[in-house]
Amino acid sequence: MALKYSSITKKIIMALAGLFLISFLIVHLSINLLILKNDGREAFNLAAHFMVTNPLIQAMQWVLFGGFIIHILVGTVLQIQNWMARPTRYKVEGYSHTSFFSKFMIHTGAIILAFLVLHLINFFFRAKFGEMPEIMIGDKQYEDMGLLVIEKFKSLPYVLMYIFWLLFLGFHLDHAFHSALQSLGLNHNKYTPAAFGLSRALAILIAGGFILIPLIIYIS
Amino acid sequence: MDLTLKIWRQKNATSKGKFVTYKVTGISPNSSFLEMMDILNEGLVVKGEDPVAFDHDCREGICGACSMYINGRPHGPDKAITTCQLHMRKFKDGDTIVIEPWRARPFPVLKDLIVDRTAFDKIIQAGGYISVNTGGIPDANAIPIPRASAELSMDAAACIGCGACVAACKNASAMLFVSAKVSQFALLPQGKPEAAERVQAMVAEMDRLGFGNCTNTGACEAECPKEISISNIARMNREFLSAKVGAQIPKEQAGGF
Ligand code: HEM
Ligand code: SF4
Ligand code: FES
Repeated sequence: MALKYSSITKKIIMALAGLFLISFLIVHLSINLLILKNDGREAFNLAAHFMVTNPLIQAMQWVLFGGFIIHILVGTVLQIQNWMARPTRYKVEGYSHTSFFSKFMIHTGAIILAFLVLHLINFFFRAKFGEMPEIMIGDKQYEDMGLLVIEKFKSLPYVLMYIFWLLFLGFHLDHAFHSALQSLGLNHNKYTPAAFGLSRALAILIAGGFILIPLIIYIS
Repeated sequence: MDLTLKIWRQKNATSKGKFVTYKVTGISPNSSFLEMMDILNEGLVVKGEDPVAFDHDCREGICGACSMYINGRPHGPDKAITTCQLHMRKFKDGDTIVIEPWRARPFPVLKDLIVDRTAFDKIIQAGGYISVNTGGIPDANAIPIPRASAELSMDAAACIGCGACVAACKNASAMLFVSAKVSQFALLPQGKPEAAERVQAMVAEMDRLGFGNCTNTGACEAECPKEISISNIARMNREFLSAKVGAQIPKEQAGGF
């Protein structure tokens, strides 16, 4: 199906899915940052509990899976077509002054995907189907997701691996937001430079925010 | 100036081709790049060898024929110029210069540095025109046109169809060229009646010919001799999207997404 769509339609799908994934990252990060609060993991565990029990969030979870799958499939189709469009490569590769990370979207994307699978096994499937430690908040019993996270991030190899992964997420995001706007036809001589800045800011804030978590847990 | 040239030599469209190294000596820094190529070729002819075939016509930056990928950049190391406008003073004595043809599946190499750019003509034939009856010259002021639209349209119309955008793009995408041609008409009242059909037909033809997709990298804009802006690509995407979802086109004419 993705093969039959025109180049521009594919890019528009890519952009919409990508923007949706960015919005998901922001929600995900906001919740994760709660774990840094010094309250015996209460706020984090309550938020995690809300996320796994709220029916709307549960429904959105499938939309999110769909978003990832569409983004990955269409991105792969686009990339294969792009490689096919230049069967003979240049001896001297391009020196053109351009957006650097845009040249490596498939590579940074592939790294994100590889670690995503690992990440889902570590946390998502554990929380859904595995054995979970329990914690009392008030007079009710909750699953202690926070403990799971803290245990994982006590190991240095894990922390380093996550930081490595998140750096590549940042590289992907650097060419994400402004590129999606351009794909959707939103280009303006006044606002496009700001979109570039916002794109970089999002990359630094999102990747940086996620990196802070394993880093602080490991150090303290 | 004494220079070492590494040039792609290929007998014809079906032969394999390889890089051949040549030395040229006593080149004036004031000569143009194509004059340097002429001097090389004169030497080759005197030696009884086949001269390097390259496209050129106007030699003043308006025809877009002089396609050469020089040291990793279409039209070589200078901004907003074609190869014929490139001067040897941009290089240093003793430099090695690698010269390649445009590389893209829809632009097959015909001989040495000459590629077949018929693909661009096919895209134009698909919709890069307006249908009007010829006749007397219409009154220049009969149709009012906002100044900004006229300016933007003229900027887009500066495209000379050289193909540097395709050559520079890591995806060999023709989006900058097609968007310039779509924009120059879409911005003017005369182009509006056919705008929805035009953008769909030209994009479909571009895809059919096997050009790559746009990643919004901007190499095209950086290398375009006429400094066509990628804001034209955004305009084309808007035109395309609104044609697909909004235009009043008979069902049988409307293609898929
Ligand atoms: C949470 C994770 C992700 C986010 C927020 C994200 C976001 C984005 C955005 C906004 C774009 C720009 C779309 C455009 O130019 O119109 C993009 C492009 C791209 N993404 Fe992702 N992405 C993510 C994960 C992935 C993954 C896992 C892959 C795996 C293959 C991937 C592959 C690509 C590719 C190949 C492109 C460039 C497409 C092109 O223009 O040719 N992304 N991404
Ligand atoms: S857009 Fe620029 S680089 Fe592309 S064909 Fe036109 S003039 Fe050449
Ligand atoms: S020969 Fe005409 S543009 Fe260079």
